[in-house]
Amino acid sequence: MKNEFQVISELIENDKKVLDVGCGDGILMEFLKKNKNTNIRGLEISKSKVQECIAKGLTVIEGNAEKDLKQFPDKSFDYVVLSQTLQAFLDPELVIKELLRVGKKAIVTIPNFGYWKVRLHLLLKGTMPITKRLPDEWYNTPNVHMCSIKDFFQFVRSKDIKIFKSLAVNNQNVSIIKDSNLPIKNLVADLGIFLIEK
Amino acid sequence: MNIESNIKTLFVKTPLKLDCGETINDFPIAYETYGSLNEKKDNAILVFHALTGDQFVTGLNPITKKEGWWSYAVGPNKAIDTKKYFVICSNVIGGCMGSYGPSHTDPHTGNVFGTNFPILTINDMVNAQLNLLDHFGIDKLFSITGGSMGGMQVLQFISNFPDKSKTVIPIACTSSHSAQNIAFNELGRQAIAADSNWKDGTYSSNNTNPNKGLAVARMAAHITYLSKKGLQEKFGRKLQEREDVKFGFDADFQIESYLRYQGSVFVDRFDANSYLYITRAMDYFDLSKQFNGNLSNAFKATKAKFFIMSFTSDWLYPTQENKDIVIALNSIGADVGFVEIKSDKGHDSFLLDVPDFLSALKNFLDKSYIEN
Repeated sequence: MKNEFQVISELIENDKKVLDVGCGDGILMEFLKKNKNTNIRGLEISKSKVQECIAKGLTVIEGNAEKDLKQFPDKSFDYVVLSQTLQAFLDPELVIKELLRVGKKAIVTIPNFGYWKVRLHLLLKGTMPITKRLPDEWYNTPNVHMCSIKDFFQFVRSKDIKIFKSLAVNNQNVSIIKDSNLPIKNLVADLGIFLIEK
Repeated sequence: MNIESNIKTLFVKTPLKLDCGETINDFPIAYETYGSLNEKKDNAILVFHALTGDQFVTGLNPITKKEGWWSYAVGPNKAIDTKKYFVICSNVIGGCMGSYGPSHTDPHTGNVFGTNFPILTINDMVNAQLNLLDHFGIDKLFSITGGSMGGMQVLQFISNFPDKSKTVIPIACTSSHSAQNIAFNELGRQAIAADSNWKDGTYSSNNTNPNKGLAVARMAAHITYLSKKGLQEKFGRKLQEREDVKFGFDADFQIESYLRYQGSVFVDRFDANSYLYITRAMDYFDLSKQFNGNLSNAFKATKAKFFIMSFTSDWLYPTQENKDIVIALNSIGADVGFVEIKSDKGHDSFLLDVPDFLSALKNFLDKSYIEN
């Protein structure tokens, strides 16, 4: 399992009710179900991924976070997880709002556009950055709203959203992001993981 | 008709009060089973059939000598694996494959009921079928499933008997018949009534059948079960065994010939009055109305695990109507999964060889059974 999922699962206590938004083939869901006794649900837009989840015995709804989160009642999950998909939504602000309405807490991870390799790529090559986490060309990427760790930090603060934990991930290294180290973490981490609450 | 030795029948002794106010007593429910009930009696699946289905789900139907209506989905090693599960299906009341219906004799008059048979609802149908659980000594089913009107019965059943099934699989259905659904059913009923042989439903005493009307009803309905794309791909403007159009009203086009054939084989196996009764029951189906407009309340008492499927090209019970059920379940935190299956085969997709559908059904059942 990805290091990212390891970190996410460590943020979730046992026996909680969790919604995985954009759950993909259900790897994180399966892990949480098995190891954390999580009452886990998924929302996934891809039909074939939904089929993979069903084959794993996971409860998944085919749907789109921008349209289909509204059917869930307020605070009906302990945690709502959104892994590396925020940047693909047309209206990320609405999605964050919905995550925090449906979940008591939300765990959001973002590929960091402030990562030094991304910056260097644009600086030296002058073309849209392509990295391990951002493998697509500008014309076929699903990512329409890229942001950096710093952008996300500033965004949640401006919306009066509480940040419980911010983690910077670079390969196997996970470290805590604080105000004092934000500029440096924004440079060295290729992924940010945030535990937030409204 | 059709009361033959190879129809298994349960005579229900408990009186059943119908929604219309009348009560029926000592009535037959014709059923069939596949596979075997295990010792713990926890492997039973109750399958509900659609408008023109019957209890003969799979294998050879002993009456029509055709393949059972859900042969693609039910059988050894199939999606609903009869090596593993005990499958029960009964003919709905109002039907014409042995269950109590308009072709039976009214004990009070000694005449065939015809349209004197009480009007039925989906609620009446599932209340009648609950008797099958007692008959087999099953306290809780492993699953209930069905497509189209079968799916409506699934929804009504779990609403009426919230702890009687562990899993619930409504397929290509709705919680409330739409104006368009009612319109098509009314077209079928009017076609039957317009046949001079129908005689207000008393045709059996004249030894005639309103076959023309029933065939037209079937032809119209059949179109609603297919998609435009499916029809176009299968038939297009292809001509029926001729080089050019004949400038007449014979079946020039293959689609015409196909529909006429569908109509003609249907009348051999189906009773016109049953068609009226069952379509009426579908039209009256409105589960949210039963709960003062709040569909969620229909499912509040159940802890069952739901899995709902719809089909992209189904315009009779479109995805949105299936999703409305998902939304109602999610809004009360129920355990519900949902997938829309891609298929060009229209509403009939659930009856056909649609691999994504069959594998989803199989995976859901088998994984849920392991966790059982």
